[in-house]
Amino acid sequence: MTIPLSYYLVLSGILFACGVMGFLIKRNIITIFMSIELMLNGVNLSFVAFAAKWGQLSGQVFVFFVMVVAAAEAAVGLAIIIAVFRTRETLNIDQVNLLKL
Amino acid sequence: MLNLHLILFLVFGAICVAGAVNLLLQRHPINSALSLVVVMGALAVEYLLLGAEFVAAVQVIVYAGAIMVLFVFVIMLLNAGEEERTGGSHVAWILGVPGMLAGAVIICWALLRHGNTGDVSIGQLPGHPADIAQLLFHQFLLPFEVTSILVLIAIMGAVVLAAPPESVQGSKREAK
Repeated sequence: MTIPLSYYLVLSGILFACGVMGFLIKRNIITIFMSIELMLNGVNLSFVAFAAKWGQLSGQVFVFFVMVVAAAEAAVGLAIIIAVFRTRETLNIDQVNLLKL
Repeated sequence: MLNLHLILFLVFGAICVAGAVNLLLQRHPINSALSLVVVMGALAVEYLLLGAEFVAAVQVIVYAGAIMVLFVFVIMLLNAGEEERTGGSHVAWILGVPGMLAGAVIICWALLRHGNTGDVSIGQLPGHPADIAQLLFHQFLLPFEVTSILVLIAIMGAVVLAAPPESVQGSKREAK
């Protein structure tokens, strides 16, 4: 009843690559933000896989911390998106090209 | 060779990858958000296969529950329609996408071919909430408290950023 650790790492790598790809090619600011969440999920999977491999529970504690940071990031990021939409009336990343609001 | 756990891993891994690819292909943000929920639900099953019960529960509650509700709420609040295909940055297409694909393929190939990483037996590390709490409130007590401050700052930042500009200016004026 064993699975090679590399399978989990490959799945995690594929998810991370999908996240980076979405970050690069998507034009909607919310979808880009969701791609970042996808990358975080890929990293979490490798954390848990290594925790199971080495028998260290601290890997799962780090996943907990990553989730907390992701939640904080989602709250602040979506608030920024709302602020940008209020001043720019657009969600297209190409039209949000000035640093000032 | 093909035991039940491997079959479960492959099925839910395929669901994961299908959801991630669907996130890239869909043009409407709400469809992308729902496929991200699928990815997170399937990942929770993968965590359960690894024996991480607590992480699987938190994944469903925090990620698939709280964070994705926030995303869907904002998409509906801003009435986000289909994204326009504006081509975007050519550098991202020319350098980024092939580079990313090559990197992913090389990592997968190296891991599968040369990675002498050994096996993970299923459920060998039962992540009971009690054990994790023991670790969290003894060894990782300081990081835990720091994250609580981080969440507090995030709450205040979200309220300040998302508030209408008039109300923030009004409160500044009242403060003066």
